[in-house]
Formats: sequence, structure tokens, C-alpha cells
Amino acid sequence: MISFDPTEEQELIRDSVREFAASEMREIARACDEAERVPDEFLEKSWELGLANAQIPEAYGGAGLERSPITNVLVAEELAYGCAGLAAAALAPASLIHPLLDLGSEDQKKAHLPGFAGSGYRAGALALHEQHFSFELANLGTLAEPKNGEFRITGTKRMVPMGERAELFLVVARCGAREGVAGLEAFLVPADTPGVSVQREKTMGLRAAPFARVEFDDARVSAEAQLGGEAGCDVARLANLARTASLALALGQSRAVLDFAIDYARERVAFGQPIGQKQAIAFMLAEMRIELNSMRWLVWQAASQLERGNASNRETRLAQTYANREAMKIADNGVQIFGGHGFIRDYPIEMWFRNARALTVLEGVTAL
Amino acid sequence: MIDFQLTENDEKVLAEIRRQGLIVREHARYYDEHEDEFPPDSLPEGKDLPNPFSMLGGRNEEDTPMGVIVLLMAMAQSWGDYSVRIRNTIGGLGNAALRASGTEEQMLRWNGKTLAMAITEPGCGSDSKAIQTTAVLDGEEWVINGEKIFVTTGCRADGVVVWATLDRAAGRSGIKSFVIMKETPGFEVTHKEKKLGIRADDTAAMVFKDCRIPRDHLLGGNEEIPKHGSGGFRGVMKTFNMTRPSVAATGLGMAMAALDFTRDALADEGVEVDWERGTHSRSAIEQKLVEIEADIEAARLAICHAAWLAGRGEENNVEASISKAKGGEVARTATQRCLEILGAVGITRDHLVEKWCRDTRITDIYEGTGQIQRLIIARKILGYSSAELS
Repeated sequence: MISFDPTEEQELIRDSVREFAASEMREIARACDEAERVPDEFLEKSWELGLANAQIPEAYGGAGLERSPITNVLVAEELAYGCAGLAAAALAPASLIHPLLDLGSEDQKKAHLPGFAGSGYRAGALALHEQHFSFELANLGTLAEPKNGEFRITGTKRMVPMGERAELFLVVARCGAREGVAGLEAFLVPADTPGVSVQREKTMGLRAAPFARVEFDDARVSAEAQLGGEAGCDVARLANLARTASLALALGQSRAVLDFAIDYARERVAFGQPIGQKQAIAFMLAEMRIELNSMRWLVWQAASQLERGNASNRETRLAQTYANREAMKIADNGVQIFGGHGFIRDYPIEMWFRNARALTVLEGVTAL
Repeated sequence: MIDFQLTENDEKVLAEIRRQGLIVREHARYYDEHEDEFPPDSLPEGKDLPNPFSMLGGRNEEDTPMGVIVLLMAMAQSWGDYSVRIRNTIGGLGNAALRASGTEEQMLRWNGKTLAMAITEPGCGSDSKAIQTTAVLDGEEWVINGEKIFVTTGCRADGVVVWATLDRAAGRSGIKSFVIMKETPGFEVTHKEKKLGIRADDTAAMVFKDCRIPRDHLLGGNEEIPKHGSGGFRGVMKTFNMTRPSVAATGLGMAMAALDFTRDALADEGVEVDWERGTHSRSAIEQKLVEIEADIEAARLAICHAAWLAGRGEENNVEASISKAKGGEVARTATQRCLEILGAVGITRDHLVEKWCRDTRITDIYEGTGQIQRLIIARKILGYSSAELS
């Protein structure tokens, strides 16, 4: 059935996250961006709300909310409406928790989920992106070599969310001879494993969220570290959970740009009338509104395929192709509408521009 | 529940329309090249085939809501062809106006008649408040004078819903719509327009010269000119909230046909999109195919959303315009890009892609141009009246 109707529960969750974004995020966003840090207090508040871990079943000590990528899309959009950088920090642990929920073996869930179900923000992170400029999942190069009942992991991961604080990494690596995505597996690697070193990244956007470069130099983990156990896991699904989550963040921030630009266009007077009354500006805003709609439905559609348990390769690629292009365009035109004021750091617009560039190229900020 | 998966029942209906669409396509080129002839009301091949609309009975709660499935059916239908139909369906845009603003008595009176919609004049299109056609009350009759162009199904419809002004000085508020049947003296269809695309389609020009119609032919029956705002006009505009998504759907169906053709043709020559791979592992052509498909999907969902809102009786003014703006733009640009990919052979009349490219060019123009849609959206989100943002 084609339906655009969130469940009542989803609406309640969305509304409470919307309130949280308004009261706890927008005001501190600029200061966090400038300081390049996320306050512990904010992380703890977000953790109390269960943004990243509410879907851990009660059996593992969690709140047992229904596992739903669609709910997570709604949450990510609302958080990013507040601030995409802070949203990335709050949701970083989900980049590990949600794939573990969907693809982990029973033993792995028992071993790792309770640690993320307790009180107190706990970072864990998906380590996906890599060093080379032509990186994409299909040509990912980090190696996991099976030897003497262990895996030896070697490679450099970039832009790992909350990487410095993470206690556990979910590392996507090439394992075996098969080419492309079929030759990939994911591994649960504790941060204190010998051979793992972490270094803070300096980034253009999402500065409130500390990303890290994580090197794996012959880091050895047991055979049990392979996500899904011996059978391995569907890395395409893992990647699509992550990609679609970034798109949802991009969607939320795009909405923030539009609302902010509408207010400005009504106030800013040029040549005797508000610039919103000029078609050149009004049409840019209309365009944003049109694209915001289309982005949202494409992202929802990709999430709904994931929710049905499908790999969602096509739907995710379509959403990604469209939403990345349009989110960047919306932020770019946001700056244009503000003119010089879009370029100085008094308004959030210049920050949103930088965030948009980051969100629309990153695939592993969080996972649905 | 948010969901985007078509059910078996949904797929069954759409597959049947597409199957019949392939039959219809056999005749598409002929009527494109013989624009003086009208396609037949029904094709003999379709005599024993099921009417897809009759397959809509027996649907259940899990199936896609009626308002949405009907537009997916419209896409599937024009995927076959825009003008040639396997069987005649009653109804033009005028019927939508009758449903939206007619009185119950009027709906009964003209039930079963095909009504076209005459708005555009030689001197005005989107700026409908500039309409020059006049309606003057003389006793118990309206006297209509004026000229209308670009009237879809105007040649073959049983009658026309005509927009005319009671008082030019009143601007939009003075505009009312009138039902004028074909046999009325003073009403003449002057010619069928010659066009870039949808050539087989019946697009008429017409003249009303002291054309007298009974007083109760005023749609909705309200003869008053509202003093403030555009009361009467707004009623008429409401029609668009349903027709805009469906016009967009019709255009998009042809873009889908063009993409399907292009995808299959390239696959035959070994070029195929691997959805698992990203931009760094795609050729420029593969990337273009992905982008076209993403645009089409975006437009499809915008149309579904506008129709879904309407089906629930919710306000969809902005969304109807969004669906039309997006649908119109994608319909024309997607087909143009398909031809760009297909190159020299693509533009020959051996294939239908060049026809779809011509046919879809109108989608972003009629039923409100893309620019008018953007104006409507901008006014709404900025909170401006039409005087404040024009």
C-alpha cells in the first residue's frame, strides 16, 4: 500500500524529538560548532531520550521499542532540524547499535547490546569511510585476513563518528577473494585492541560532532568478532541503513534552511519591499519547498524497504542520488538568499552550508 | 503506517493496464502522423479484455487507497499512449469542475456527458483574471460572447465548461463558469489546433457569438460577485487540486515509458545500472540513467502524496502545485535526456521516444505552467496574497 501516514506512536516520538531539538539544540548549535565539541550534558540528555538505543529489546536490557528504520528517519529529520552536527553526535552510537540489532548473531547481541542499554551515553561507531578519494563501498580496501582462528585487520578508516570516545568499532573490511560488495564483512573491534589508533579529524562541516581517523595496524580479533557469526552479514543492508540515515539528517537540515530563509525573505527589505515579494527570491524558496517534499518521500521509501527487511539497494541509491543533490542545492541557495549575511558567521546559514556538504558525501554518520 | 510497497491487487490492475497499453501503442504512431483523424472510441482488440476500473472492486484495506491508485493507473495508461485508448472513458476536465463546484441537480443533469474545460483565450493563459469572454444576464438567459483556445477534448466533447466574466472591473471575483452544450446556437468549434505533441489529441479553438444559455447553466448557481477576495474564483480553483496531480501523472507515465525503452535498449547493448555500486564505479551514461530514474521516482511520489491528501479530504493546495511543478518538469526533462542518451537513432520516428519527448512538452505548460505553480507555492509558504506576490 502507498501511505504517508506515520503511526500514532511515531507521531508522538516525532513530536517529542521536535521539542527536544527546539529546546536543547538550536541555541547551542553555533557555540558547539565554533568550539568543535559536543557538551557532555547534551549527550546525556539525548541518551535519556533513547534517541540511539530505544530499539534495543528488553531481553538485552533495552527499552524494547519496536525496531523501525522509518521511526529512525523521523527522529533523524527532527534532530537535524535542530542541528545536524549535534544530531550526528547523539546518533553516532546507533551506527553500531542498529546494524548489530539487525545483523548480529545471538551471542554478539548478548555480549554487546547490554553495554549500550544502560544509563550514560556510550559511544560505539561504524568505521566505513576510507583514505582514498575514489572510495566507495564496492572498492573498499581495509583487509580482514583470517589466520589461526583470528582476523587480522589492516587499513585506515576516516570520518568515524565519535571515534575518539567510541569503545567499540564496527569495521567494514574486505574478507576473502570475492570482489565488490559481496567480498565485504563487518567486524566488532574493541577500541582498546592492540594495533588500533585514533586521531581526531578536522572537518569542514558537522564540527559539533567529533569525527576520527582510526587506523587498524594488524589489529587482531577473534573469529567471534565477525558480525553475524561464521555466515557473515549482508553488508549492503548495513550500508543502506547508514546511507539512508545520513539522507534523513540532510532532509532535516534542509527544512531548517527553508524555514529560516522564509523568515528572512519576509523581513529583509530591498528597493522598498521585502525580498520575498520578488519572484527571483520567491521562486528559489518555492523550489526548496518542492524538493524538500520529494527528498522526504524518497528517503521514506528507502527506509520503508529496509523496514520490510529488503536490501533496498535501488531505493537507497535513488534517494541518495536525489537528496544529496537537492540538499546541497538548498543550502547553497540559502546562502544566496542571505547574500553577504549568508557568508558571515552571525547566522546559522554558513554553518548549514558546511554541514550540507558534509552530510551529502558521508555515508556512515549513523544508521537507521 | 508509512509504506511504499504496492500490493498484489495494486500490481494486478497496473499490469493489466500496461498489457493493454502495449496493444494501444501499436496505433500510437499512426494517429500521431494523421492528426486530422481522431483515434477511435475503442479498439477492436480490446473488446474481450477486462476493464481495469472494474478490477478495482474487491480491494481491501491493505491496498493502496483509491485516490492514489487511480493516479498510478493514469500513469500506466499514458505509459501505453497519451491519446489512443483501448476503450473510451467518459470525462474531460469539465467533468472535474462539475464534480467540484456543480449543484446536485447539475451533476445529475449532465451526468454521463463529456465536458471539456475552456479557460485560455488568445490574449490570456495563466493570467485567467484577464479573461475577456463575457456573460451578460438577459431575462432568464445568459448571453455569452468570446473566443477560447487550447480546449482539450473540445472537438468531441458533448459540452464545455466556459470561464467568463460577469464584470471585468471585478477582476477574478467576476469570473464564473458556465456549462454550454454543443448544439447551442452561437457556439462554434472553429478548428483543431496543430501541435508539437499530443497531436492525436483533440485540442479545439471555439467561438461564442451571442450564445444564449439558460440561467441555471451557471455552475454552482451563485450569481453574486463577492466583494472581497476571490470567493467564487477560489471555488473554481479547487478543481485544480485534483486535476493538477492527474495531469502530472499523465505526463509522467510517458516519461516512464521513455526511461523503460532507454533502459531496455541499453541493456541489449550491455549497459546496465548495478544498484550496488556508487558513482565512482558508474559510467556517465549509467549515472544519467540513475538520475533520470531518481527524478521520475521523486515526481511519482509527489503526485501520490498530493492525491493521498485529497483522498483523505485534507487540504492539498500546495501539494497539488508541487506535484504539478515536479511532474511537469520531470516529464519533459526526463524524455529529453533519454533522447540525449539514445542519440541519432533515438530521434528517428522508428521509435516512440521522440514522440514521448514531444508529447510531454505540454505537461509543464497546461493546467498551470511550472512558473504559476511556483508562484502558488511561494505565496502560500511566504504568506503573501496574489497582490503582494505577482
